Amino acid sequence: MATVTYSKATRIYPGTERPAVDHLDLEIGDGEFLVLVGPSGCGKSTSLRMLAGLEDVDEGTISIDSRDVTHLPPKARDIAMVFQNYALYPHMTVYENMAFALKLRKTSKAEIDRRVKEAAGLLQLEEYLNRKPKALSGGQRQRVAMGRAIVREPQVFLMDEPLSNLDAKLRVQTRSQIATLQANLGITTVYVTHDQTEAMTMGHRVAVMLDGVLQQVDTPRALYDAPANVFVAGFIGSPAMNIKTVQLTEQGAAFAEMVLPLTRQQVATAHADGGNGKVTVGFRPEDTDIVGASEGGMPIVVELVEDLGADANVYGHAAIGGASERFVVRTDRRHMPNMGDTVFIKPRSEHHHAFHAVSGSRI
Amino acid sequence: MDFDFAAEGPKFAMLLYGLVAFVVVVGGLLLILDGIPSLLARRRERRELALAAVGGAVALGPGRRRNWEWLMAAGFLFPAGLLLLIGVVIPAIRTLLLSFMDGGSTAWVGLKNYSWLFSQSETLITLRNTLIWVVLVPLVATTVGLVYAVLVDRARFEAVAKSLIFMPMAISFVGASIIWKFVYAYRPEGAEQIGLLNQIWVWFGGEPKQWLLEQGAALNTVLLLIVMIWIQAGFAMVVLSAAIKAIPADIVEAARLDGVNAWQMFWRVTLPSIRPALIVVVVTISISTLKVFDIVRTMTNGNYDTGVVASEMYNQAFRYGQTGQGSALAVFLFILVVPIVIFQIRNLRKQRES
Repeated sequence: MATVTYSKATRIYPGTERPAVDHLDLEIGDGEFLVLVGPSGCGKSTSLRMLAGLEDVDEGTISIDSRDVTHLPPKARDIAMVFQNYALYPHMTVYENMAFALKLRKTSKAEIDRRVKEAAGLLQLEEYLNRKPKALSGGQRQRVAMGRAIVREPQVFLMDEPLSNLDAKLRVQTRSQIATLQANLGITTVYVTHDQTEAMTMGHRVAVMLDGVLQQVDTPRALYDAPANVFVAGFIGSPAMNIKTVQLTEQGAAFAEMVLPLTRQQVATAHADGGNGKVTVGFRPEDTDIVGASEGGMPIVVELVEDLGADANVYGHAAIGGASERFVVRTDRRHMPNMGDTVFIKPRSEHHHAFHAVSGSRI
Repeated sequence: MDFDFAAEGPKFAMLLYGLVAFVVVVGGLLLILDGIPSLLARRRERRELALAAVGGAVALGPGRRRNWEWLMAAGFLFPAGLLLLIGVVIPAIRTLLLSFMDGGSTAWVGLKNYSWLFSQSETLITLRNTLIWVVLVPLVATTVGLVYAVLVDRARFEAVAKSLIFMPMAISFVGASIIWKFVYAYRPEGAEQIGLLNQIWVWFGGEPKQWLLEQGAALNTVLLLIVMIWIQAGFAMVVLSAAIKAIPADIVEAARLDGVNAWQMFWRVTLPSIRPALIVVVVTISISTLKVFDIVRTMTNGNYDTGVVASEMYNQAFRYGQTGQGSALAVFLFILVVPIVIFQIRNLRKQRES
């Protein structure tokens, strides 16, 4: 039961100029499941390790429940962590792995036994308690790593890409198990992943990072509906949003034979700060329809159709301002065009996002 | 020192010949070893191509290839096998036979040499010394190496500190013994002490001692085995340090999160993780300690109750002409080493399986 606060927390690795984590400000509520997501090297793991005490904090502070833990050793922070490679002790049985931390704290034998058995029951590990980690499958090891964290009954759970070593099917299964478990235990959790699907499905809130800088932190829905900048817009969603920088007119953004309307306010903001008559506009493939030739869509030449069973992704290109630009549209399977066809695409009204052409922030 | 280069000329010429011969032989062997597999691979490729060309219809296949591979394996094994036979197997059998014969190897005496081995007070001291060696050296050398490896791990001057400890490994046992003879050197009272140990002893107010003659509590044997420890600690340190570095970083981090202190980290995480390497080190040092000869021979020649099985074996067989008793000692030494070797092999096999 705890809150976590990063306040201007910064990590600069010795011998490097650019901070790995740059003035991170983040508040995580009691019992919240917060996911840190971003491409590799964005500082998400470093942020987590700073909270764990495995990484120094060069500037700023980190506190758990308003207790400043910035320079405390890991064991004084009352946190438990699940590692990407599980980091189970190879010379201990499953039981001993889970009991280790409690034993170090001189918890009574009976209490240790109760807690380990309880966690084992929760994770369906009862029959493996006497096995060594090497005799377990990847999924079982992952559960032992979870169990080791659970028996600690810590203030905060930290998880560093705990599912990335599992195969796709098991990953989906375990994903929901972890989310359910966290909801039942109610322990504040910080979860690191590079997989946006994990982030969107598991997190109460998701923090998107890039180059050590926090880009946006919000609920999955808000991230999807109102991305704060071009990076978040392109990172969340699959296939990625169509994002193009095009000519700005009085009415809006001019695509080939199609103008996406912008408000007067948006046009003014786009012009300011060196916008130079351009604006960046994005629309999601799933918010875009294939329309008839006379309905004001943009013509694209189809170059690839991905049939996904339920629906299909249509890739094509159009000439905008002399350059060939690629677009992708998700469409109903019944309206699948053929390669080489010219089709007209049009985002549903109010479903396009406008960003400043230079700064990239939402307008 | 006057050094007449011209007079030493022939020696340099010999040295040069030696170097050239070494390069030619070793280089040639390396070239052959390098060349053969690629040659074979090319031949196999060609044959497979040919097979593919005829549609694989010809049943030239597995049988003949297996024959050929068997022949090749035999060819590679033959030189080593021959040398082992001449150098190890035949002498071992001969030594075993000699150990049941008298000093001049003329008559069979049954188990007399063995009863001598376990009844004479001198030989019993030899056995006692060997026991002291084989208990103390692996224990102390491994402990010193381990403690050093842990302390120096990820320290600032790790590389330098490690090479300092490892350096003695490069010195021969004889060379090391001569160095340590200087450490233990004796000069009469009042004279300038040149031995480090006596100088320290004198500073603390003692009378200079002939350390290698100190038989009380087997002190001189302990002084001898310090030389061995000095050499082997470096070996232990290098192997254990590598094992410590191979412990995955996240396991160490997990332990830190679980709340271990430095002491618990060592006993509960580091030590169990490097157990296989630890066993290898202890066993390897045990075997070389059992066989130790050079140090004893160089420092005391086995006198003053410092003899060990190997030095006594040499003295009996080649100095006193007691071939039978020497052979009995050799066989006894062999019997001591065998269980350790078997244990070692078992252990390695178990590791490979897991």
